[in-house]
Amino acid sequence: MNDTASPASGSPASGSPASGSPAAASIWRTARLVAGKDLRIERRSRVIVNQVLPFASLVMVLFAFALDNDEVLQRTAPGLVWLATIFALLVVVQRAFAVETADGALDALRVAGVSPPGIFLGKSLALAVQLLVLELLLIGLAVVLYEATLTATGAVLLVTTLLPATTGLAFVGTLYGGLAAGARGRETLLPLLLFPVVAPVLIGATRATEAAFGVGHAAIDEGWPWVGMLLVFAALFGVGGTLAFGPLIEE
Amino acid sequence: MEPAGAPSSSDAAGLVVELRDAVAVLGRFPALAGADLHVRRGEIVLLRGPNGAGKTTLLRLCAGLVPLERGEGTVVGCDLRTQRDAVRSRVGLLGHANGLYSDLTVRENVEFWGATVGASAVEIDASLDRMGLASRLAGVAVGRLSAGQKRRTALACLVARRAQLWLLDEPHAGLDATGRDELDATLRAAVAAGATVMVASHELERAGGLATRVVDVVAGQVSPDTGASDTTASGGAS
Repeated sequence: MNDTASPASGSPASGSPASGSPAAASIWRTARLVAGKDLRIERRSRVIVNQVLPFASLVMVLFAFALDNDEVLQRTAPGLVWLATIFALLVVVQRAFAVETADGALDALRVAGVSPPGIFLGKSLALAVQLLVLELLLIGLAVVLYEATLTATGAVLLVTTLLPATTGLAFVGTLYGGLAAGARGRETLLPLLLFPVVAPVLIGATRATEAAFGVGHAAIDEGWPWVGMLLVFAALFGVGGTLAFGPLIEE
Repeated sequence: MEPAGAPSSSDAAGLVVELRDAVAVLGRFPALAGADLHVRRGEIVLLRGPNGAGKTTLLRLCAGLVPLERGEGTVVGCDLRTQRDAVRSRVGLLGHANGLYSDLTVRENVEFWGATVGASAVEIDASLDRMGLASRLAGVAVGRLSAGQKRRTALACLVARRAQLWLLDEPHAGLDATGRDELDATLRAAVAAGATVMVASHELERAGGLATRVVDVVAGQVSPDTGASDTTASGGAS
């Protein structure tokens, strides 16, 4: 073992505390660090690929079996896509915080004084990336299984809808995932907390996706106000979550 | 008020921990009821006492996790009332959990924790080397390690984080004889490199042999210094 105490060797007493402390690290640097770590864990464990994507796909297939009517499926496809997304969100959020609590890493982050807003934004970013992949798969399945149709202008609206809706879901998921992480019975507590709060995203994203798919002769223009609402939702939970996450995990 | 991060006079005097009449409350229960403690740089201090005596609370107070309700306290030169965030970034607390990600390799874990303080690649390599993890273990997923190897990885993370004060709660728990020997060697090496260590343990023979000083914690109060070799006095393991 190397017993030297030179700063370069990483001596516990070495390094200027002010220059090296987590407090000096920017929120964005922490966010990139946490997001990179979460995505690396996912790439390594492949829980999303091997479990969550098949789960969400199965939900879509079961909807098809349950409704068993092409016309109904076509009309309800947008809602079913977002319902499946929200069910899968639950699994993804629980997984995102399970890796933090399994060996006390979330506590260790807190003890190390790592910026809570950075942790919040980093975990949200990683969650958003995973959700986006999931949503693209679900939309593909809606086109294949439910015969949903998409025009070029509809695709523009759909992509514009996905971004704020996914961001909003990721912010809410991270906020409530952090809240439930230390609680007893968190597996059942999380859906109780999460589902009512994400209802506006379900409504807004479904209406905008209906316009994008042209369900019931809905015009593309009818979707844009809903995108605005999704943007407001994402902004509110982004700011609120960034401010609240620190005190929340402190409790 | 001192600016955040500015060392106090106690730090300049070589005192890493200085508590005077410190009171810390858990819920409504005073877990620490007027504790006095001085720890100098380079010491390994064993906290000895029965369950519920306040050892863990004392460690968490020193880590800036439990607020100081009354009295005075400075840790690594930072005031426990006004500079708790600065305290946290300079100390490392290791309890029963290791704070590691089982899907990441040893190196990736150490890199992650080092990156939280902007540690360089050279520092990461040095941290792994110091804990004897630089060879084949560096690329192994933490989930596949033994308890002792996980402990060493957690300590490497503390080194990479440049923790000046190591606060260890029952560090020998769950380790076999080899793991315990490795842990003791690691702590001695860390102290030789400039760290200070406070250990709460019920394993008095093991931890007492390691400690340079032993203090008793009883009913939320810290007794005067009882010396390094005296690990058989009352208030031991319960």
